[in-house]
Formats: sequence, C-alpha cells, structure tokens
Amino acid sequence: MPEIIKRKKPLSVSPLKTSQTVGGALAFLGIARSMPLMHGSQGCTAFAKVFFVRHFREPVPLQTTAMDQVSSVMGADGNVTEALKTICEKSNPSIIGLVTTGLAETQGADIKRGVWDFRQKYPQYEKTAVVAVNTPDFSGSFESGFALAVKGIIDELVPEDKTRKGLRQRQVNVLCGANLTPGDLEFVAESIESFGLRPLMIPDLSGSLDGHLDDSPHNPLTTGGVSVDDIATACESIATLAVGESLFSSAELLRKKCDIPAFRFGHLMGLDEVDDWFATLANLSNNPVPERWQRQRKQLQDAMLDTHFMLGHSRVAIAADPDMLAGYDRLLKGMGADTVAAVVPAKGVALNDLDIEQVYIGDLEDLEKVATEKQAQLVLGNSHAVESARRLGVPILRVGFPQYDLVGGFQRCWFGYRGTAQALFDLANLVMAHHQETAPYYSIYAQKQDSPQYIENRQQLWSH
Amino acid sequence: MKAKDIAELLDEPACEHNKKEKSGCAKPKPGSTAGGCAFDGAQIALLPIADVAHIVHGPIACAGSSWDNRGTRSSGPDLYRIGMTTDLTEQDVVMGRAEKRLYHSIKQAIEDYQPPAVFVYNTCVPALIGDDIDAVCKAAQEKWNVPVVPIDAAGFYGTKNLGNRIAGDAMVRYVIGTRDKDPVPKSAEREGIKVHDINLIGEYNIAGEFWHVLPLFDELGIRVLCTLSGDARFREVQTMHQAEANMMVCSKAMLNVARKMEERYKIPWFEGSFYGITDTSHALREVARLIGDDDLTRRTEALIEREEKRVRAALEPWRERLNGKRVLLYTGGVKSWSVISALQDLGMKVVATGTKKSTEEDKARIRELMGDDVKMLDEGNPKVLLDTVAEYKADILIAGGRNMYTALKAKIPFLDINQEREFGYAGYQGMLELVRQLTLTLESPVWAAVRRPAPWATTAGELLTVNG
Repeated sequence: MPEIIKRKKPLSVSPLKTSQTVGGALAFLGIARSMPLMHGSQGCTAFAKVFFVRHFREPVPLQTTAMDQVSSVMGADGNVTEALKTICEKSNPSIIGLVTTGLAETQGADIKRGVWDFRQKYPQYEKTAVVAVNTPDFSGSFESGFALAVKGIIDELVPEDKTRKGLRQRQVNVLCGANLTPGDLEFVAESIESFGLRPLMIPDLSGSLDGHLDDSPHNPLTTGGVSVDDIATACESIATLAVGESLFSSAELLRKKCDIPAFRFGHLMGLDEVDDWFATLANLSNNPVPERWQRQRKQLQDAMLDTHFMLGHSRVAIAADPDMLAGYDRLLKGMGADTVAAVVPAKGVALNDLDIEQVYIGDLEDLEKVATEKQAQLVLGNSHAVESARRLGVPILRVGFPQYDLVGGFQRCWFGYRGTAQALFDLANLVMAHHQETAPYYSIYAQKQDSPQYIENRQQLWSH
Repeated sequence: MKAKDIAELLDEPACEHNKKEKSGCAKPKPGSTAGGCAFDGAQIALLPIADVAHIVHGPIACAGSSWDNRGTRSSGPDLYRIGMTTDLTEQDVVMGRAEKRLYHSIKQAIEDYQPPAVFVYNTCVPALIGDDIDAVCKAAQEKWNVPVVPIDAAGFYGTKNLGNRIAGDAMVRYVIGTRDKDPVPKSAEREGIKVHDINLIGEYNIAGEFWHVLPLFDELGIRVLCTLSGDARFREVQTMHQAEANMMVCSKAMLNVARKMEERYKIPWFEGSFYGITDTSHALREVARLIGDDDLTRRTEALIEREEKRVRAALEPWRERLNGKRVLLYTGGVKSWSVISALQDLGMKVVATGTKKSTEEDKARIRELMGDDVKMLDEGNPKVLLDTVAEYKADILIAGGRNMYTALKAKIPFLDINQEREFGYAGYQGMLELVRQLTLTLESPVWAAVRRPAPWATTAGELLTVNG
C-alpha cells in the first residue's frame, strides 16, 4: 500500500476533483427513460449539464429542484415533491434519480421523506421509480458518487430474493465504475455475449451516451440504457462481475441480497487483467475463448514488443480517480514504465493494492509540483491537465473525465487486448514526438553567421 | 446578501423589463428550469479579467464543473485560467472552518501568484452556513495589502442575469475609481490627433474577436481604458471612471454599471454591437457622437467608408453561396438583433429568432430590421426549435453551444454563436470568419449523407429487419 499524502494547503488550485453529485447523476444516465434530478440550486444542474454535454457531445437530460432564497432557508422538501411531480407530468420517465448537492445536505434535506411525501400526494405516478441518493460535493468525488448511486439503485430496485439464483441460466450482472467509457462498456458487453452469456449492465451507459444518431430528433429522457424491469431480475443471474474497485462493495451487496457469487476486476487493460477476464467468462459459460480474442491477444503481445522501446523507463504522471489510476499504473508497469507522480481527488479502495510509493490526494497543481520534481515525461489526465502538461512542457494523453477538447475521447475503448494495444501505440507516439533533442552548442570561433547571438548583435549594430 | 439588496439589484431602472408589470427576472420552476445561477453569472462576467486571482468559496461543484470554461482570450497574463476554490469539506461545513480556510486560501493565492487583486465569489453552502466573506476579505486585504473584492453571489439568490449585476455592482462599489488613468505614452502621440478615452462594458473578447476591432480604435485615436471584462487587467478596471463615453456591448447584463457610472461620473453611454458591418459602423459613429469631437467624427466617417468598401469586396465571392439561405437564430438578448444585421449583410434571410431574453426595445429593433412577419420565439426548448426549423424551412440553426446537439441530432446544420465558441466574429474582419464557418457547415456533404436512408431500406424511414 502506498503512502497516502493528504491535502495540506487550504486552496485547491486547478482542481482535479469532479463533484460526487455529478458522478451520481451519471449513473442514472445509464438507465433507460431516466431523468436525473439534482436537489440544489439551479446552477448546480446547469453546470453539471454543460459539463456532461461538453464531454459526451450529446444532449443530456438533467433537472433541478431549483432551491431559491426562501426554500434554502425555510426548507426545500416541497421542491423535491414538486420537481418529481413536474417531471412525471411532463416526461413520464421510468425512473428519476434524485441526487443531493452540498446545498441540500447542508440545509439538512431529508430526501427519503421527500420521496415518501411525493408517493403519498401523487399515487398516480407510482409507475415511475425514484431512487434517492445522498451525494454532497463536500465529500468523496466523481467516482464515489457514481458508486453510491449504483448502490442506491441496487438497494431500491433489486428485491431481496435468495431463492431464484441462476433461474436465468445465461444472465450475468455487470457493475462498472464511473470512469469506463461507453466504448469500454461495449467491449465488456460484447465479450460477455461472445461466450453465449447475456450481460445485465447496471447501469449501461453504452446504450445511452455512446453518441448514436437516433431516429427521433428530440428526447427529453435518456434514449438507451438498462431498463428498470431488467434491473429487478438481478437476483436470477448466475453471477455478478464487478469492473473497477469502487464497485466491489456493490457487488458484495448483490451477493448478500441474492446469494450469487461475485467476481472482481480492475480496469480491463493490460494482458494479465484481460486474460483474467476471459478465463472467468470461459469458466462461467463452459465455452472456449472465441478465436478472435485469441488472435487479438497475439496482436497485443506484438504491440508490447514494438512499444517497449519507447515506454520502458519512461516517467509518467497520472492524475485520475483511484480506479483509473490503478488501471493505468498496472498497464504502464507491465511495460516497464514508472508512475512517478500520482494524484487522486479523493480516497478509494483501489489505492490499497497500488504498487506506488506515494499517492497525493490533491489537485493538478500538486501534480505539476511532483511531476517537476520527479521529471515526468508524460502526463495522463483529463482535459484540465492539458494546461498542466503545457506548463510542464511534456505531452499529455487525455484519459478520464472531462474531455472537452477532444472529439471522440468520451467513447474511446481502452479495454481488451485491442484497446490496450491502441493505448500503447498512442503513449509511445507521444513519447517519440516529444523526444528531447540535445541543445545545439555554438562555438565562439565559428565562421558560421547564423547563431541567435550573432543575429542579435548584428541587429544591434545596424540600429546604431 | 440580504433580500433587500437582491431586490434592489433586480430593480434596474435602465432595463426595459422593469417597465412591464412582471418586473425583474422570472422565478425558476422546480423540475423545469434551464440556465445558470447567480454565481455562474457573476463568475462569467468577471473571470476574463486576466491578472486577477479568482477564488470560488464553496465545495467543489461550483468551481469544479465550471472552471476554465470560456472562450475568452488574454494577450498577456493567464492567471484567470487557473481555477481556484476553497473546495470545502464536510469538516469545514460542520465545524465552521470555512471562513478560516478562505482566509488562508487568499493568503496562498497572493503568496504563490502575486496577483494585483483577489476576487472572492461566494456560493450557496457558505452563504447558508453564514460565512461573512465581506469581513474575511476586508481582513485579508488589510493583512496583505492587496485588494480583495467580495462578490456575494450564491446560486440560490437567483438567475445568471442577477449574477451579472452582482458582479457589476461589486466593480462599481470596490474597484472603479480607485486609481487615476495613466498619461498617454509619448511614443503613441500623433500630430493633430487628440486622444479620447472610452470603456466597453460587456465585451468578453471571445476567441480574441475584439482584436479585430481594437486596431480601428487605435487608428482613430480612441484609447480603450478598459473592456469589462475581456482581456482586462485590474489596473484598467480601476480607471474606468475617467472615460468620456461608455459602450454597452451586446448585453443588458451589466447595465447597472453603465447607469451607475452615468449617475456618479456623468459618463454618457450607448448600447451597440460589433456583429456585422452595419452594426460595427453604427457603434463607431455612436462613439464619435458621444465624444463630440468634429475632427474625430470626420475621421470616423472616412474609416467606415474605407473599411466597409474593403470588407464588402472581400465578402463578394461568399455572398453568392450564402444568398437566400434561411436561418433560425436562437440567442439571448441583444444578439437577437445584432446578429440579424450581420446575416442580412450577407443576403441571408432570418426566418425566426429567439426573444426569450430580449427586452421590448430589442423586439422593436427586430421588427424594424425584419418587418412584422418575423417569427419570435419566446420559448426555446429543443422541440420548439426543431418544429420551427421544419415549419419555416430553415437551412441552418444559429444558436448557443447547448443547442448544438439539438440541431445535429435532427441532422440540421449548426453554427455556434455563444461564449464557448472557438472563432471570433466581431468587427469587419470577423465577418470573414463568420462566412467561412457558415459555408463550412452549410456546404458540407455530411448532411446529405446522414439524411440518405440505408440501402436496404424499402421506403424512407422504414427499415428491413436484418438478421446478422
């Protein structure tokens, strides 16, 4: 376990952290016909919406309870009821994901009671599921908010039942962490299906935020994702697969509720992790690993050979949520590279098994400081870290959330043998392109009339 | 902020909305509200001041989701692009340590970045737990001898528009009038040209577009003391009170600044825009008129004649390609009429325009420009926009970035006109950029490609089921 260095300074400069509320809302965007609702002032939602839209380049449904001056002080439970009612009335969603902001939590909002009030007052909307989760932004971060929401979804929508396990003989539950892209999720689903199994993804962002052009031009709700009814069948699956350490406790919750086995994975990057994944699927399904995966495995092996020349001994700085930090660190370690600077916005269980000396809980300014000190050659981080990389004078590979200055970054697949191979190519190319040339030396006796100093002197001479 | 202070800011005598029965800004409706909060508005209005340390006091959501999020450009310092927040924790909130954290945060910002000033933006959580940021800022200012300006703009106070006014109010109260302007440098003096000073309020230098216009002012001998707030410096804002005229650029947002400067310093102001040939010329004329120097007026007219001739010639080859194209324009406030004139300069036809944030005066200008048959959209939800595009056979939707995906999902060409865009459209020169971007999207082959049905489809819209 690494030494965890906590935040010591008062001011967070160039923040790395994205709020828990945003992470919580994202989880609900992976459910079909869903509307996430933030309990807070309207700005909380407006910011989150712009944040999502810039990253996914998609219209994103998101609503607010619009707490104002009066309700912030006098109590805003009425806003919750009214917002739930209004959304049901306007859009008739299958589910509303109610997440709280720091404002609501500071005020002491009781969202569970707000939902209860809503049920009492408007029984006509009983078909719309409501999942309420406490996700104040003053604790945790994006990743933990997402995980809390997944836990809330399981709590609320999966009825406890230990008698039905395995009734759906080909169904496996899949819990995936906040930082998986829709592309990663597609790989997860496709690889499971290739073994004749049926993945039940909770939630499924690959159906809703994968950037597809729908037939209908406008939808007020999510246009894809897992359905509420399907989620309710989780106890009939044969197993649960959790991808990303932040989801392990949710997998445990499913095990307790349904008495089905749970299998745990980090991010599916790098030869070993992906090998593990396919071996588990082969065991669960009693089917052999399809030929195409075996072929891609050999391709990855070749890519690893090709790129180890550039990546070996390279010094990398990573700023990411804990699950993702762990994933990239394992991948890079497997290539002989070294994570010399590691910063996370908040703690996570993934840090426990990390093979890094020190991990900072901090911001991008911390990353810059450590990266400077340790002479990092490459930065892995979100679009905000682009400026950090520029100040450091090193290249950046954009990973994680948000990526607003890169088209398609949101849906890139990093997972599997093929995704890993592409990541390695990109990392290697960045290192190559920013290779530091030896600085020229100008002999004082040189006859050449082209050194910068010479040109400057000549210009000075002319100006007199 | 007290309820009475908010009410006072909402009551803006210079704003047309005030004269209607429903004065001020509408209350947000739970479950059906779009748009930013007061904090958003305040931050957006002032963040372009490039050399100031902008500290957001609150837990992470306020700064975390919004920092470094604008297309505004600086010609020098880039401190404004560094996000700073007190990132309050649960402990801070529960134990009442937020004020202390703020105080030390200000110290850290000053020591690490040596800014000429620090702006502190208050947000919901500290406002609710009762942090006295005025007092903290005052104490910090005395301790470190650097101006520390409180901007009390918690999100729940109200809308983005209110936030703009809170920001403007803070400038008038704490910054404007705290320094005398510099003498005109000797090297800039020219024979026979008297230098006049103006301010531009509400110009944000998006994508550096104001740099298309600034050379014209230089040529005319007009010194821009300060643009509030694009590419501004703190020491510029301090001197705004010594201008001879103010121009409100493209926005009602900081109207209170212009009005208060008129009251206090007798500085006349007008409202104008730099979008389009007609409006750019109009703005230059208005500046000269308010200053009232005959020689300046004469030189301005000559410059306008020369520039219009030049840009119209340069636009000629594009005009043919854009002529008659039908536009649905959806944007807030003053831009609804200022962009219309830019598009009409190109021979395009605006078939409908959004007027949600427009004042009665704006609407009158629109009618004047386009006649009574123009469709005005008070409500701009995606469905209304798409229906209007279909009904009026618009070729392109011109709107803010948030509507981009509304258009693209419906396979309609789109041009981004709001603050996050990457291209500058202001001034005569900006028109050339505008036509490039317009033709780029309008003439792109992708539109035909995405509208074509799949080869296996029997009739348009009806797909065969494909096995495997």
